[in-house]
Amino acid sequence: MLSFLVTFLPRAVVQSIPLLLGCIGETLNEKSGSLNLGIPGVMYVGGISGVIGAFLYEQSAGENFNSVLGVIIPLVSCLIGSLLMGLLFCFLTVTLRANQNVTGLAMTTFGVGVGNFFGGSIIKLTGSEVPSIALAATSKAFKAKLPFAESMGSVGEVLFSYSFMTYVAIIIALITAYMLKKTRVGLELRAVGENPATADAAGININRYKYTWICIGCMIAGIGGIYYVLDYASGVWSNDAFGDRGWLAIALVIFSIWRPNWAALEALLFGGLYILYLYIPTGMDFAVKELYKMLPYLATILMLIAISLRNKHENQPPEGLGLPYFREDR
Amino acid sequence: MPESRTPAVSMRNITKTFGDVVANHKVDLDIHRGEVLSLLGENGSGKTTLMNMLAGIYYPDEGEIFIDGNPVQISSPKDAFDHGIGMIHQHFKLVNVFTAAENIVLGMDEDVDGKHVGKGKLDIASPSKRIREICDMYGFDVNPDQKVYDMSVSQKQTVEIVKVLYRGADILILDEPTAVLTPQETEKLFNVLRNMREDGKAIIIITHKLHEVEAISDKVAILRKGEFIGELITKDTNAQEMTNMMVGREVKLNINRPEPKNVKPRLEVSGLTVRSSDGLLKLDDVSFTANTGEVLGIAGISGCGQKELLEAISGLQEIEKGDIFYIEDDGSKTSLIGVNPVEIENKGVALSFVPEDRLGMGLVANMDLSDNMMLRSFRHGKSIFTNRKTPKNLAQKVVNDLEVVTLGVSTPVRRLSGGNVQKVLVGREIERAPSVLLTAYAVRGLDINASYTIYDLINQQKERGVAVIFVGEDLDVLLELSDRILVLCGGKVSGIVDGRTADKNGVGLLMTQVGGEAVG
Repeated sequence: MLSFLVTFLPRAVVQSIPLLLGCIGETLNEKSGSLNLGIPGVMYVGGISGVIGAFLYEQSAGENFNSVLGVIIPLVSCLIGSLLMGLLFCFLTVTLRANQNVTGLAMTTFGVGVGNFFGGSIIKLTGSEVPSIALAATSKAFKAKLPFAESMGSVGEVLFSYSFMTYVAIIIALITAYMLKKTRVGLELRAVGENPATADAAGININRYKYTWICIGCMIAGIGGIYYVLDYASGVWSNDAFGDRGWLAIALVIFSIWRPNWAALEALLFGGLYILYLYIPTGMDFAVKELYKMLPYLATILMLIAISLRNKHENQPPEGLGLPYFREDR
Repeated sequence: MPESRTPAVSMRNITKTFGDVVANHKVDLDIHRGEVLSLLGENGSGKTTLMNMLAGIYYPDEGEIFIDGNPVQISSPKDAFDHGIGMIHQHFKLVNVFTAAENIVLGMDEDVDGKHVGKGKLDIASPSKRIREICDMYGFDVNPDQKVYDMSVSQKQTVEIVKVLYRGADILILDEPTAVLTPQETEKLFNVLRNMREDGKAIIIITHKLHEVEAISDKVAILRKGEFIGELITKDTNAQEMTNMMVGREVKLNINRPEPKNVKPRLEVSGLTVRSSDGLLKLDDVSFTANTGEVLGIAGISGCGQKELLEAISGLQEIEKGDIFYIEDDGSKTSLIGVNPVEIENKGVALSFVPEDRLGMGLVANMDLSDNMMLRSFRHGKSIFTNRKTPKNLAQKVVNDLEVVTLGVSTPVRRLSGGNVQKVLVGREIERAPSVLLTAYAVRGLDINASYTIYDLINQQKERGVAVIFVGEDLDVLLELSDRILVLCGGKVSGIVDGRTADKNGVGLLMTQVGGEAVG
């Protein structure tokens, strides 16, 4: 049992981090009143942007591969890619006041298309036998571990064996939670999402808040995409391998009741449930595998039932979620 | 009239348009410190728009605003705060999941000592202390830590007032503050306003209720169709003069009550008992008869079963006991129990129902006028395509007959002002030529002229031989309009009195205790 946990838990953690980052990004979006269903697309674009950066750097650096640059370049290109997606969403929904659901869904389709196009192009460039890109050097740089983890046995294996990005993600979750709850900027952001007319009358610049926090949210979610490729998949990009993790991240927002600090723990549960089928001997019974894959969504539905039954005001989605705001609209 | 003092606020030549609609046209307005000014006008006359330009919600197309004689630009709510202008909106600007204190400090970048604060850590303790000080000063009762969703309407309003005071506003705008308050709460609010006036603040209050104008204000400014008509000194004027200026013609301030003709029983309710979904007894053994050619008023304090009664009759309520009969002209009875609204209509029983919540139950806000008319007619006809022409003509007719202020029949209903929305709803129900007309709070939020239009419509229906059931909140109106008044008290029939002979006190007593003392 212990050995099962020692092999299972680290995989669950690595699996959970993209979900957590996507969830934090979506939470920031939703707290600003934007139901951004484009997050799966944003994460996908974040992933491929990072891959492009890493690929170009690995190709040009060759033998002189520098680990620091090897981390910074993919991260920066990932942030730029997801920022562009964020700006697109903002421009359509905030400036032009397009319907958020339609825009978001279109962006998810678009993002996956962009990712597969560039993914396919790079695979063609490398002339690889298998339909995937391997970024071994970059992945190695990303997966640098804490030096003392090895010496601590199974405790070290479970708690300290992860790449630095894992800890960064958890720190981002805690900072976001603090920001939302305890700071003035958090209060104002929540007011924008709850009741934009009120925030506006209180002198808060609604569009600036929406643009800022939707873009920051998208960038955080984008990091989730690159984390998946370079950490979870050990630097191997294949088209469509990211799967439905983006949707899982959105489900996690509801499951964590819009609290990023809770999400840090619950992402682990989601991640674990999502890959549980790999560790349960199901043989060749694919139907059972698919049933296991359902578990995170089932958990979300149960949570929705629970918060709807309790009907506590604090646990409801932001009141202004999904609604465009225009001051002179009557 | 010229005055030597510099006004706290001067608006000059203010014009504001929304698309093709002119909301304000060349309006001039002066407000002095230590004065209460009432802004009077019909629905859609541009009062709220004008004030929103002072509060920075809208920006004028033309014209100038002066504060203490200096020209200013107010392009955002923040500019308005900086000039000491605070507005208490009709629809409260409060975040439900925040506490009172969080709502009050929201958006401020100064702490209690006036020092600039960053966007970092939120300090709620010292603002809470300051809020308590303000409350003590003016006699408010606000708990800074209470969540807004836990508050009553009047508590929310108090938070709004404290909010503008906290920001140091000395020019206060209140948009229909009394519409949601009980008479006692209104009196409390007026005392606060009087205190503030003594304090040297300039106060503008928007209201429809003339007796409130007389009770609280020093001056009255009147707007009509977006234009400034004139300013009056309150103590030198009277309700009739104000109404005439507001409407632009002579308006009779008493309600007609034609003698009922050809009175026959139309609706018989016997032993009606209804429980709410959580098991509370909402109607308890209610029996009465509604007659043709007669207005049956329903009086009662809010929540005593009026809503359930109307819903039961129109087939929207589940009924525990009792029966409701529709009586045809030839005297034959049909039971309406267990019949859904569509079947009620198909049986030849026409019930027109004006729900309390006109946008929630009566109309679809995002649909235009003709589509809203169609909500009643879409089942007619055999073609799979809807007939759009008839509803469109009907919408046009309602607009013309009831003088609905709208750009056209293809304007979404949500763009209309409250009174006009009400007219569309009542108009649609009446156009169906009902034999029983149920109305609940048909004049809620309407100005005087619109209210009288509705009373006239009700009287026309009565003369046509319709059995009208009129649920009202204003006892004076009920006593002037109804032939008989059924008084409900806690779901029971407390008494049925004659509208011509009943007095206000008697009905008031019946509303608070079953049977009352006057009758019992």
